[in-house]
Parts: sequence; structure tokens; C-alpha cells
Amino acid sequence: MSTDQLRLRAPRHRVSRKSITLWTLHAVIGWTVLLVPQLVALVFSRSPWQVTAVVATLVVGVAHTLVMPRWRYRVHRWEATPDAVYTLAGWLNQEWRIAPVSRIQTVDTKRGPLQQLLGLSTVTVTTASAAGPVHIEGLDHDEAVRLADELTTTTQATPGDAT
Amino acid sequence: MTTSPPDRPASPQDYPDHPASPLDLPPAPEPPAPVVDWHRLDVRMLVVRPLNEIINLVPVFLGLLVLGRGETWRVLASVGVIVAIVLLGLLRWVTTRYRITADQVELHTGLFVRKRLAVPRERIRTVDLTAKLGHRLFGLSAIRVGTGQRDQPGEDGLTLDAVSSAEAERLRVLLLTRTAAPTDSAQPDERPGTVLSALDTRWLRYAPLTLSGLVAVGALFGLVTNYARELDVEVLGPLTEAAHWVVEQPLWLTVSLFAGAVVVIAGVGSVLVYLVQFWGYRLTREPDDTVRVQRGLLTTRSVSVAEQRLRGVEVEEPLLLRAGRGAHAKTVTTGLGRKGESNLLLPPAPITEAHRVSGLVLRQETPPTRTPLRRHPLAALRRRLVRAVVPLLVVAAVLAYLAPPWAWVPLTLLPLSALLGWDRYRSLGHALTDRYLLARQGSLIRETVALQRTGIIGWRISRSFFQRRSGLVTISATTAAGDGAYPVVDVAETDGLALADEAVPDLLRPFLERDSG
Repeated sequence: MSTDQLRLRAPRHRVSRKSITLWTLHAVIGWTVLLVPQLVALVFSRSPWQVTAVVATLVVGVAHTLVMPRWRYRVHRWEATPDAVYTLAGWLNQEWRIAPVSRIQTVDTKRGPLQQLLGLSTVTVTTASAAGPVHIEGLDHDEAVRLADELTTTTQATPGDAT
Repeated sequence: MTTSPPDRPASPQDYPDHPASPLDLPPAPEPPAPVVDWHRLDVRMLVVRPLNEIINLVPVFLGLLVLGRGETWRVLASVGVIVAIVLLGLLRWVTTRYRITADQVELHTGLFVRKRLAVPRERIRTVDLTAKLGHRLFGLSAIRVGTGQRDQPGEDGLTLDAVSSAEAERLRVLLLTRTAAPTDSAQPDERPGTVLSALDTRWLRYAPLTLSGLVAVGALFGLVTNYARELDVEVLGPLTEAAHWVVEQPLWLTVSLFAGAVVVIAGVGSVLVYLVQFWGYRLTREPDDTVRVQRGLLTTRSVSVAEQRLRGVEVEEPLLLRAGRGAHAKTVTTGLGRKGESNLLLPPAPITEAHRVSGLVLRQETPPTRTPLRRHPLAALRRRLVRAVVPLLVVAAVLAYLAPPWAWVPLTLLPLSALLGWDRYRSLGHALTDRYLLARQGSLIRETVALQRTGIIGWRISRSFFQRRSGLVTISATTAAGDGAYPVVDVAETDGLALADEAVPDLLRPFLERDSG
């Protein structure tokens, strides 16, 4: 065995910087949903347990909301070569996905309400595998459309039924 | 009422070179002359479907007729149900038609909701013939045609329920030969297949090791108590008395009696289940290059998989079965329904048989599942042990705080859990042969998969926070077949990436970098 260490290099492109805002909003919404019922309950009764729970939720929530989006932004990357689509996503747990262009079945772009607000899009590339869709989250909408078009064109040029 | 003519014109733009009506057929069609006119399902289905459904409802009728005192409403309700079932069967038969053109298999069905299914024939991967008891009495079979389409969940291919067994056999050959070569498919190849494996009664000793008996006992108990309540039968009374008697005996007697009864019933039950499911099991390779599994005592099944769609074999060894040196095997293939174990290749049998069969099915001299596997790094063992031990310690700590007298309970499970963790580590392994990627994992159910390297259509490489600290990754090969992704769990980063790079040349290469360290 050689001393060489093999590693996956990071994909070439970062996602849009506005993704930080998107993830922050997601986190804020999630933690609010958790916090509000606790605060409502606090109005009616005030046991030390409840106060501890509220404080804990607040601390963890604020930390998560501050750290997660920036961390994610540093991790999330994507790249589309003529042969493959390559992505890296996650923060604590990270995942690389590689799908060869010759095996692509569909290319979709999708935007939720928050993404529309920020002008972002998610590109989803599916293969014949039930487990293999590749998502590129948080692209600028124009860029997403361009990428989807590009992938669709190359996919159509590839013969075979992609299984 | 829809008694539309059998040659209802299909939209011509769908099949421009195949006129819809048989009357307009050119004098000499292309060599394979498949059925182009519409067919109905077999007329015997008018009897069989209601019969099958009525058989399922026998307990209800028992409740309605036998147990009542012949009140009018009970009789009327029974008659009503039967009439409704028969009418529905008739409606279904009248509205269902199918045909097989040169390009696709089409099925039209439904009166209120008209459904039109068309499956391109080149996409057909599997053909599954199922004959329930009612079907068999009348010589019928249901055909399910499987494609690789997974986009719509619940969309389980196309089913013709049912046609005569002879027609089913003809369709099976016709539908699968087309993919291989456009030979004279109107004349089905009558040569018998080569038998790769067949049921051996000695395999029955593996039945009690499958737990299916225990499940059967549970289901039976549930069914009996459920119906007993519904039918006002006092089954529970005598049982309760027996239970009282048992409880009055000394504890050791109670426990051993109970355990003994469960073991005996489960043992007998599992043998029965085994017989019902796998009686007449035969694994054959047909002349048209399909692998075919036939089995079943009451409901017979025959699943054919086009060999070129076979992506590999998975050998499963549940813990008990493994202790008895047994295993069962599954195909890794596209286009099989998920229900009813349609991917079964070998019922519980000796592990040597499982390896032999995997080699035969994949046409390999040495069974790929026998390949010596590379162990995973010790860090993987540490992760297994931590996962086995830490949750128990946490539970113990919580109990120590909330209910101190019980804190010792989780601790007694520690050795067992650690042993399981160690076994989970021992199971981990991977290897690469010239055609297959091998991956093994799991302890309670140890799964060894041999996945065709050309069937891999992507990679997912995940690294959790803790894996990163240990220098490990989990590499999943995604494929269109079987589970969709087969993971190589907790492999050293360099080894794993080298494995993936070698397994599918050029896919991963552009994204790899080396640094000497």
C-alpha cells in the first residue's frame, strides 16, 4: 500500500451566497415552531423544568441558526462536467453524489416560496436508481435554468435507456 | 354497459406503422407477427374472481349464516354481498381488454375510471405468473409485467388477471424473447430449461430457523381472537381457564411449559409455512435466456427475469439461519414488484447451495459471493462497539436518576450488545472481482451482495462527523435494480475511493486527488 492518500476534491462551484439567508430562514422557522408552544405553556404555568427547556431551546436554536448556514455555505458545492454531475452537501454529516450524465433520466428545477423570494432554485437530477437523485440546492434561478437546459441537451444526445 | 367492438381504434399516432384494425393489416407483416387484436381476460374469471373473494370472506359468511339463528337480515346480507361481488367481477371482465402489438403491451380497464396502460415491450424486464388456489382450479394464471420504471411509486407494472395457463405460458415466452432477439416468437420455444436448483426436502430443517413460524403463530393467535370476538365464540374462556391453571403452577414449570409450547407450535408452523411457500421450488434457466423461479403449494408463482437485466445476487443470512449454516438468496434486478418476495432466488437452504446458485445464475465459475472479502479498519470496530454500548449506558444513567432500583437491567444487556457489535464488525467486508462488486454487512441479518459493476449508475459517498474523525466513509453504489443503493459501510477513505474508482473506471477519476502523507 502506498502512502498516498486518496481524497475527493471539492466540486468547482459554490452555491449562491443568498443560500445563507435561505438556510437561516429555514432554521428560524423551525426553531420558532418549537419555541412558541413552549412560551404559550409558560404563560399558564412556570415550573423550573419548563424554564430550563425554554432556555435550552433558545441557546441551541440561536447557535444552530448562526452556525449552520455559514458552515453549509462553506461545504455545499457542485460541478457539472460533460460526463458527470458531482455535488457535495451537508455540514456535520457530508455527502458527495456522483451521477454519470449517460445515466440521467430527468432534470427538474424547483423553487419553494422562500426560494422564489430570494431568486433561488433547486436543480434535481434523477437517475434510474430509487436512491440516487442528485440535488443542487440554492442556485441562482438563471444559473439553475441554464444548467438544467444544458443537462437536458446532453442527456438527450446520449443513447440508451439509462438503466 | 360497454360492449364496444374488440378492435376499438387506438390513436394512430402512437403506432404509425401498425394499423389498429386487423382488417387493414398489410398482406405480409414483419417476421414476428404478434397478436394485434384486442383480447379479453379469460371468461372463467367470471367465476374465479368472485370465488377468490368469497373464499377470503368465508369467516364473515360463517359469522352471518352459521352463527346466527337464520335471521332474515343475515341471509339477505350474505346474498347481497355475493351478488355485488359477482356483478363487480362481470363489470371488470367486460371492461378489461389487452393486446400485444409489435411495440407495446396495452391494457384498458375500468368503467367509471377508465385506465389505459401501455408498456413498451423493449422495457419489459420481468414476467411474473401467479395462480391462486381459485385460479388453479380453473387452470388460470395472472401475469404481471415488470418494467424498470420507478418514477411513480405504487405503479407496479401491468397486470393481466387472469388468462388461461397455456396463454400465460405463451405470453411469458413471447414477452421476454422479444428483448433477446427477434426470432420466430410466434412459435414459443418448447425446449425445457436447465434446472439450476430444486427443492430438497432436507432443506426443511432450516424452516424452524426462519422465525416465520413464530410470526405465523402470532398471526394465527391474532386472527383467532379477533374472529372469536366477532363471531361471539368463547375461545378465550377455556384459554383463560388453562392460563389460570398454568399460572398456579410453580414459576419454572410455567415458563418452561410456555416456552415449550411456543417452540413446538412455531416449529411446526414454520415447516408448514415453508412448505406452502416453497413447495415445488425450481430454479431454471430457460432457452430464451431468462432465469425462472417456480414455487408454491397453494398459490403457485413463476417469476422470470431476463438475464441481461440481472444486476447481481444478494445472499441473506439471518442470525438464526446463519447459526445453522443456512442462507437464502435474492436477485438484484429491475422491474420486480416489491410485494410477495418476487425477487426470491433460493428459499432458506444450506449456505453452500446459496453460493452455488449465485455462481450458476450469474454464470461465474467461482461463485462471486464466495470471494474472500477485505476487512474494514479497526476504527469501524470501535464505532460498532460505541454504538452497542453507549445507548445502554445512557439508559442506565437515566434509570439511575429516575428509578435507581432498575438501573442494573440495561447493564446486564451490555455483554450481549457488545458481542453483537463485534459480530457486526466481523460481517463488514468488501471486494472487487473482474465483474462484480462485493459488499457485506449486518449481524441480525447479514447481507452479502454481488453487484454487477456495469450495473452501477452512480456513487453516494457519505461521511458523518464521527466517521470523519476516524477517517472512514460509507460508499454506496447506486443502481437501477433491487434496493437502489448498496453500501460499503465504514471503509477507510483511501481504500473506499480506490475501490469505487476501480469498480467503475473513469467515473470518479476526475474528482479524485492524491496527497502524500
